[in-house]
Amino acid sequence: MTTQHITLTVNGEVREADVEPRLLLVHLIRDVFGLTGTHIGCDTSHCGACTVHVNGISAKACTMLAVQADGAAIKTIEGMADGATLHPLQQGFWDQHGLQCGFCTPGMIMQAASLLAENPDPSEAEIRVGISGNLCRCTGYVNIVKAIQQAAGEMRAAAEVPAPEAAAAAS
Amino acid sequence: MASTFEAQAPTTTPEVGGMGHSRKRVEDARFIRGAGTYIDDINLPGQLWLDIVRSPYAHARIKSIDDSEAMKVPGVAAVITGKALETYGLHWMPTLAGDKQMVLPTDTVLFQSQEVAAVIATSRYAAADGVAAVVVDYEPLEVVVDPYKAMEPGAPVLRPDRGEDQQNNHIWHWESGDSDATDAALAGSAMRIKEHIYLPRIHVASIETCGCVADWDAINGHLTLHMTSQAPHVIRTVLAIVAAGAGLPIPEHKIRVKTHDIGGGFGGKVPAYPGYVLAVAASFLTGKPVKWIEDRSENLQADSFARDYHIDAELGVSAEGRITGLKVKTLADHGAFDSQAAPLKFHAGLFNVITGSYDYPNAFVEVDGVYTNKPPGGVAYRCSFRVTEAVHAIERLVDIAAHERGEDPAEFRLRNFIPPEKFPYMSPTGWEYDSGDYGAALRKAMDIIGYAELRREQAEKRAKGELMGIGICSFTEIVGAGPSHDFDIVGLKMNDGAELRVHPTGKALLRIGSQTQGQGHETTYAQIVAEELGIPAADVAVEYGDTDTAPYGLGTYGSRSTPVSGAATAMASRKVRDKARKLAAHLLEASEDDLEWTNGKFSVKGSPDRSSTIQEIAFAAYTNFPKGMEMGLEAVDYYDPPNLTYPFGSYICVVDIDKGTGQVKVRRFVAVDDCGNIINPMIVEGQIHGGLTQGLAPALYEEITYDEQGNNLAGTFLDYLVPTAMETPAWETGKTITPSPHHPLGAKGVGESATVGAPPAIANAVVDALWHLGVRNIDIPITPQKVWAILNEKGATG
Repeated sequence: MTTQHITLTVNGEVREADVEPRLLLVHLIRDVFGLTGTHIGCDTSHCGACTVHVNGISAKACTMLAVQADGAAIKTIEGMADGATLHPLQQGFWDQHGLQCGFCTPGMIMQAASLLAENPDPSEAEIRVGISGNLCRCTGYVNIVKAIQQAAGEMRAAAEVPAPEAAAAAS
Repeated sequence: MASTFEAQAPTTTPEVGGMGHSRKRVEDARFIRGAGTYIDDINLPGQLWLDIVRSPYAHARIKSIDDSEAMKVPGVAAVITGKALETYGLHWMPTLAGDKQMVLPTDTVLFQSQEVAAVIATSRYAAADGVAAVVVDYEPLEVVVDPYKAMEPGAPVLRPDRGEDQQNNHIWHWESGDSDATDAALAGSAMRIKEHIYLPRIHVASIETCGCVADWDAINGHLTLHMTSQAPHVIRTVLAIVAAGAGLPIPEHKIRVKTHDIGGGFGGKVPAYPGYVLAVAASFLTGKPVKWIEDRSENLQADSFARDYHIDAELGVSAEGRITGLKVKTLADHGAFDSQAAPLKFHAGLFNVITGSYDYPNAFVEVDGVYTNKPPGGVAYRCSFRVTEAVHAIERLVDIAAHERGEDPAEFRLRNFIPPEKFPYMSPTGWEYDSGDYGAALRKAMDIIGYAELRREQAEKRAKGELMGIGICSFTEIVGAGPSHDFDIVGLKMNDGAELRVHPTGKALLRIGSQTQGQGHETTYAQIVAEELGIPAADVAVEYGDTDTAPYGLGTYGSRSTPVSGAATAMASRKVRDKARKLAAHLLEASEDDLEWTNGKFSVKGSPDRSSTIQEIAFAAYTNFPKGMEMGLEAVDYYDPPNLTYPFGSYICVVDIDKGTGQVKVRRFVAVDDCGNIINPMIVEGQIHGGLTQGLAPALYEEITYDEQGNNLAGTFLDYLVPTAMETPAWETGKTITPSPHHPLGAKGVGESATVGAPPAIANAVVDALWHLGVRNIDIPITPQKVWAILNEKGATG
């Protein structure tokens, strides 16, 4: 089968590949690039375990072809922490016991990040709607909601603190 | 949202982190970074892929399989058929229930999506291409979907392979209790409540499907099987037995099963599926590692199923409102192969715990297993061996009885509960309930939810024509299989091992035979060691899931980890403590009898200044041990529980029903659980949240149905409705604590209580909302269509 050359950035790093046009984005990420934090839980785009960010917006990587991501910026769960510093959502899931088997967790965190980018202060109902494309079989969602609420609070607080330079300039 | 979830008062400091502390989970460090290792994350050099050709027919004769086009597909290395496996005797495999199951058929398929052939190729995509190119010619045969029709004379005999004695589709008959005494009790009862209750076929649908990577090393004659298994040691032993039967040189000491991280199990990852055997055969054949990963549709259409119990039950009640007896006759649809993972003596699992939380002397329960043209049935769906079916039936009957008497269902239950002073209590079907205070749990749930006020609100709404219901379930679970005199899986006694090694610097390694699939064993088992030895939980590494290193164990299902493996961990810790006492006596130059153990150290009675910490003792175990003593500080324990454990609880659910659409909305749900002493309250509450959601799911949404031709009508997530965050209510939890008297930690297990208790609470709430319209029972799942049809029939949609 013929292949197509694609170039994209994954977690800030430029990656290239020669792929079959039918290759799913999730298989590119997992099998070609070896980033196995993005999971596969169904074959009908219902479970959301494969959720990643494509150009800053959440997308189910089982529902896109790799060639459709040519030129795009992809972010996966592996790109969320800053070295040893966890993303507030990662910390929130840990603190609030928002995961059990952990299989849905990367997709859930990526979806929650997208939700908070759109709506930094969601209500519980808005969170529940926002993650309704992601299935969790272990937690019953209660603690996932709490985890997202914790992260939302921390991210809002961080956004309100003036940056050191700005604070110095203002004084 | 109310939560009153705390443990018993901890006896250790938060720094030590023994029982009762909400210790954060250590395994989460990898999961939140996407750094877990699930089965599809494992890729070995030279690995091939296996994909499976499946039958479109529920019952058909295979006339021919043509692989010539498939073999032309680039990347396809081999096509394996039943005929090829037959030459090794590998076309059948034993099931954990003592039946056998086809790995690949040689002539007949018995359910839709059954494995027909396997394609081995160099990539995931090439294998799928190969599957599409295999041509199978089928001759459709008469399909038997309904188990009642399967039992009729003249029905096609689905399993002639079982020999000439198998002249029908009846698998086994199982009964418990006293039939004549129960008949007499029912005959003398003022009220007899009869009901037919169906618990539909459902699927655990863990978000990770099943899969494996089989790695046969021909040079060393060694097989490593990376796989999704809740019971890796059992799989190793069964594989060795199958291999020996097939004349293959793969003895048990050269088989290593590794599980890594498992993305949810819930019972669905206990059985051995044909895919595992095919991958092993393919690796043996090709000499290369072979990976098999199920699609979701394969998982929902071919893996073992739960429930499918058709229950006819009758409850007797005296004029005073006391239960007099229970009689139950059940038809159990086991599909084409009886592959349930039940203890061999218990064909219907622990279904005869159906007498429930109530005190009455007479019961008789009988179950008949039946073959049909469906996938193998009879695995769990997050419940201990048929307990969900049992609890649903008794809790529905009790609710009907209360309503028939015109009495509040809470009052009826409180009158009939086994009183606390009667524990240990011998049930009429022979189970010795270990401990309980059922009234306390129900009253606590009523307090949390504001029961009296809800009843007032309901009366007001009913006067206005609105449909609101309140449902109760007061369940008793039976978990922790089990005592060796009664419980085994394929002959293997259901005990579990724990091996504890304390290193010279006072840190420890614990290896266990149970297997986490999200329960958090790495966190909680360290807490057990911390509780028993005072070694901080952070200093205890916990390993499992590698049969080369972990002690033998029967695995994790049936809420058995804490009752069996947790107990083994406690007992191994106590053996270490026994040796530590001898070392402390040596260090302190005191008699062992003069030492007392507190807060992780031995001190001389009356001289608290003279003491040795567990860390000092551990160092001495390698550096300064008395003459005649072996070096080291370690112990192994295989725990044989003296009894099962009986967690219980009372759940109350409030529903509102939309008269126009029939939609049921769970407004509130309070769960009060009693699982005895608690290791980690955060994790226990999380288990309850998850269990409740897997109770909500079959109560309102999930069902695998088949048409008359045996076509699966819910074979993808399009049709099989796993609840999302939108359908799931904000669960409210509470607890009471009644320790198990026989478990070393006083713990009982909790993973499945909520899955067992939630469905009847929801069903009872819906029926409670509709009782005044003449509704006695609605089988789950209670879909809008079902409710609307009832409302329409009663002229109550407006």
